[in-house]
Amino acid sequence: MTEPLLRVENLRKYFAHTKGILAAKNMGQVKAVDDINFTIATGETLGLVGESGCGKTTTSKLILHLENPTSGKVLLQGKPIHGMEREALRDYRADVQAVFQDPWSSLNPRMTIGKIISESLTVTKWGKRAEIEERVRDLLIEVGLRPEHAQQYPHEFSGGQRQRIALASALASKPKLIVLDEPVSALDVSIRAQILNLLKDIQERENVAYLLIAHNLATVRHMAHQTAVMYLGQIVEYAPTKSLFDDVQHPYTKALFSAVLPDHPDLQNDEIVLAGEVPSPLDPPSGCRFHTRCPFVMPECSQEEPPLRETKPGHLVACHLYPTA
Amino acid sequence: MRNLPWIPLTIISVMLFMGIFAPFLTSYSPIDQSLPDKLLPPFWEEGGSIKHLFGTDIFGRDVLTRLYHGARVSLIVTALALLVGGGVGLVIGIVSGYVGGRLDSLLMRIVDAALAFPTILFALLLAVTMGQGLRTIVIAISLLLWARFARVVRGEVLAVKERDYVALAKVHGCSPARIMATHILPNVLNTFMVLLTLHVGVVIVAEASLSFLGAGIPPPTPSWGLMVAEGRGKISSAWWLSLIPGVAITLVVLAFNLFGDWLRDRLDPKLRQL
Repeated sequence: MTEPLLRVENLRKYFAHTKGILAAKNMGQVKAVDDINFTIATGETLGLVGESGCGKTTTSKLILHLENPTSGKVLLQGKPIHGMEREALRDYRADVQAVFQDPWSSLNPRMTIGKIISESLTVTKWGKRAEIEERVRDLLIEVGLRPEHAQQYPHEFSGGQRQRIALASALASKPKLIVLDEPVSALDVSIRAQILNLLKDIQERENVAYLLIAHNLATVRHMAHQTAVMYLGQIVEYAPTKSLFDDVQHPYTKALFSAVLPDHPDLQNDEIVLAGEVPSPLDPPSGCRFHTRCPFVMPECSQEEPPLRETKPGHLVACHLYPTA
Repeated sequence: MRNLPWIPLTIISVMLFMGIFAPFLTSYSPIDQSLPDKLLPPFWEEGGSIKHLFGTDIFGRDVLTRLYHGARVSLIVTALALLVGGGVGLVIGIVSGYVGGRLDSLLMRIVDAALAFPTILFALLLAVTMGQGLRTIVIAISLLLWARFARVVRGEVLAVKERDYVALAKVHGCSPARIMATHILPNVLNTFMVLLTLHVGVVIVAEASLSFLGAGIPPPTPSWGLMVAEGRGKISSAWWLSLIPGVAITLVVLAFNLFGDWLRDRLDPKLRQL
């Protein structure tokens, strides 16, 4: 098997939960990300779905080298990214970029659009000033803005335009992977499709891979080649998007799908309403982490942690309902 | 420009004008004595004359002339103290807030210590060891200012560094120094400007207090605080000696504080009316 662009191996991130002013007392660990594995192929999109607090954003921070993992590895083209030398980290920065959720917070209000977009180029001394200006012009056109916008400041732009600017700045260093952390959830519904289609066009043109973090299933279905569903720091279902949407297997994924409004008001969903709150990641349930809220709970669910098993080609599920075929 | 604070701006402009053009505004010397003319009252009092609008002091020096030159001293002290104290406070606040961790704890404990220290006492100590003068007074006031600036700027940095553009700057490959210079600094400058204007009054009062106590600018150079001090022995017979510089200090401090308040409202986007 050829090495994928990005491989995440047994990745864990625990945050120490401390109390007390003078002597910090360790109150246990928040297992934000607990033993996850996935791969992203060149030019493809992996959708990462889950409700808030399930570890999606922590995963993205680990991949962006903004946090260090407790254990496990993130490998870009076979090379582990944590514990790299400074030189290697600089190359990694050029290869992996990001677009965040909130376009009002992701652009420095005191910098011109041109400076924002060219930041990664300036830092790496990518080229002469004229070359960088040229590149900024091309990028602005590529994301559907005008070259004159380079002189303006962020407050002159709308949310959708700001997200285009953020995308241009992510594209500047010709990255191989862009982490899209809820790229459209802060935007008006009317703008979302435009941005998503822009992302798709750019993927086709530049052959860039995306890690798309979202809670909106329609977004993932539209964009992703592979989809992973996270619950309490773990991946519970991981499959090609088409396979996942055609044949939902894990009860948690089913619950997520049933929470989506049907296409027509007269249609009825087989609704699965989950009881209770998400358990605290400080003290996750024993066995399957979902067993406290699962409508199909069985005795062994609280005893034994179900491994991710392949139920169909490429379709992985962590649930005792699906013993190995 | 509507809603400009005209009254504070006028007072501040008059003071700047007095300080900058002091030698050209009057034909009298602020230092040379003229004993025959001593203790003349202001022009509206009995015995006063137009020649000395605000009267003369015990050495026959024109009070208005000394007021002009005193404004100049206050301006120089204020500018230097804000530059040194404010600048040091700004840098330490940014580094402390952005780097965080142990360095932050250490720097903030030093700030606590600096804020707990009695400035006046320290200035008197400095005056005794280093001698009176501009340098002593600027150092003494800077030692008070830097801690206040560092504390407030650090708080602002803690908020700014959580913004997404700072995380993105790291993803773009910026070094910590670059992030502090291009992302943190420009976004705390508003707060810094407001702090500067609000502390002009503090510096003027501090300079006046120190000069009043004899730890400031040495006589015969006129300083508003020194003028109040020199006149206090004659307060019952020649009230204008202390009262006129006292009123000047009050007006200028009030004007800078009002201007600072206005600037804070103006620069806070939440309060701004577009």
